[in-house]
Amino acid sequence: METFAALAHGMAVAVQPMNLLYALVGVFLGTAVGVLPGIGPALTVALLLPVTYKLDPGGSLIMFAGIYYGGMYGGSTTAILINTPGESASMATALEGNKMARAGRGGPALATAAIGSFVAGTLATIGLAFLAPWLVDFAVRFGPEDYFALMCVAFVTVSATFGNSPVRGLTSLFIGLTLGLIGIDKLTGQARLAFGIPELLDGVEVTTLAVGLFALGEALYVASRRHHAEEKIEPVRGSLWMTMEDWKRSWKAWLRGTMFGFPIGALPAGGAEIPTFLSYSTEKRLSKHPEEFGRGAIEGVAGPEAANNASAAGTLVPLLTLGLPTSATAAMMLAGFQQYGLNPGPLLFAERPDLVWGLIASLFIANVMLLVLNLPLVGLWVKLLAIPQPWLYAGILVFATMGTIAAKPSVVELSMLAGFGVLGFLMRRFDFPIAPVVVGLILGPIAESQLRRALAISLGDPLVLLQSPMSATLLGIALIALLAPFVLKGLGRFRASED
Amino acid sequence: MTDSPQEPAARRVDRAGVVVALALAALAAVLVWDSRQLPSTTMYGMGPEVMPVVIAIGLGLLAIGNLIDALRGDLPPRESADPRAVLLILGGLVLLIAIIGLGGGFILATSALFVTTSAAFGRRAILADFAIAIVITTLVYLAFDRLLTLSLPAGPLERLL
Repeated sequence: METFAALAHGMAVAVQPMNLLYALVGVFLGTAVGVLPGIGPALTVALLLPVTYKLDPGGSLIMFAGIYYGGMYGGSTTAILINTPGESASMATALEGNKMARAGRGGPALATAAIGSFVAGTLATIGLAFLAPWLVDFAVRFGPEDYFALMCVAFVTVSATFGNSPVRGLTSLFIGLTLGLIGIDKLTGQARLAFGIPELLDGVEVTTLAVGLFALGEALYVASRRHHAEEKIEPVRGSLWMTMEDWKRSWKAWLRGTMFGFPIGALPAGGAEIPTFLSYSTEKRLSKHPEEFGRGAIEGVAGPEAANNASAAGTLVPLLTLGLPTSATAAMMLAGFQQYGLNPGPLLFAERPDLVWGLIASLFIANVMLLVLNLPLVGLWVKLLAIPQPWLYAGILVFATMGTIAAKPSVVELSMLAGFGVLGFLMRRFDFPIAPVVVGLILGPIAESQLRRALAISLGDPLVLLQSPMSATLLGIALIALLAPFVLKGLGRFRASED
Repeated sequence: MTDSPQEPAARRVDRAGVVVALALAALAAVLVWDSRQLPSTTMYGMGPEVMPVVIAIGLGLLAIGNLIDALRGDLPPRESADPRAVLLILGGLVLLIAIIGLGGGFILATSALFVTTSAAFGRRAILADFAIAIVITTLVYLAFDRLLTLSLPAGPLERLL
């Protein structure tokens, strides 16, 4: 009952005309940027952060909700029409969706993705609204050692368990953790890894890192291998609408995708890849038309798209209740909160309920807006895709550098941006995952201060980590998750076999 | 940057992988060296010098892990890369940083990056691209600096607006 009251209050915040406008602008910008090839939701949020600098926190977070969902939806459009998934979670969509587009069924593919995202997003947001208060009640009892253990679980699962190679995933994470050390230590005021450069004392900006790794890195990578393959846009031919048969084949896939996506996204394990591929393989197994898979089966778009969106809403559960980002996008959202000095977690629910519930309510609204905005505007998005590649990437880089130039127009900061671009390029080239770096940078300092707080309370006794049953269990889980991929090498092949 | 085409099936020592391992080891050494100059002031628990060492140990272990992968030739295959395109974009970034650093302003700086990037993607019409770049970045400047009141660095061109 409490949830209903809180949600109703949040709705009242979200439907104020100004906030509705913010949501609309967010959805529009998010889709417009997300639809550009090679730009996933995390980068969409990072690129659009400067737009929200001047807004009040409430309006900015509401715009964020729109940008987030818009970016996700834009990514699936790109995946379907030019077969370049902006993130690995859209890979399954690209698999079947692009085949459908080539067969002249791009319209229904986009429609089932949009409606599926709407259904999944709405159901998952309801899940978020009901799960969050319950988790908050639970989380207020967490001590610093429990938080530290929880973050260890997130570290391991984000980097080691689900990637192709645990060694490379952990390497990415540790690069992020190293970057997180740079700057003034919050507890003692000592400068670490600053090498006497004053700009480094504030630490590495998450947006600088994310934009460098994702935008510059991607542009460098695509430019370096331009001679291999030209991208081809499939025109949207034929009817935009789904037939009765399409609806019949889609709705169960949407619901099943949601069932995979939300719980897995809500775990502090993160990753939308597992649920999307689980959904894809389930749909393939249950389908009455298994022969169509690989040649454009609508279930193969409907299920994974729903799973992707549901898990995106799911990752907001640990983000809002525990302050724990488990994906690059969630890490960018956390950076957005921190821009206003807000720390997501159980306290935020108590201190700023209007903000949190306004955000949750905006997710519903953003979802509706997406559906209303995207199906009619699909022609516009397709035109955006038709911008010639040189101008497209040149424009992306102008916007990417603008964020840093606006925030800190210093030579040091811009050199860091360029350096992260090179790092992102090399990581792509040598197949290191990127998200763990961002998660490491943002979670590393938090984990360190929780650990030090725990040790200070226990007067330096490290056994405090094992005395709390919660923390002991979580550390056990983290250890198992760390060792499992080395023991069961087959888990890593799961992805390869689906490709 | 290696652009030697790799045979996917060849299981031989991957030199780039060895370089990655060495770089990680060097990073670990920097962490340890830097933590040495932090005075340990904390009475209880851990001071600021502990975490860098923990992370350095992790990096050291990962350097060994990467080295093993590289020696086994276990890295995923890489396609050849075009170093010219990469250098063009990096050159654009250097220009951008120099122009901002010297007070040339937002429009000139980002236009330079625009032109080099589009050249990296195969465009040869430098002058036409430069004109397009000036128009686009001016619009961006007006939209963000005037409308959204973000402060973007102003140079000679911005003062004319």
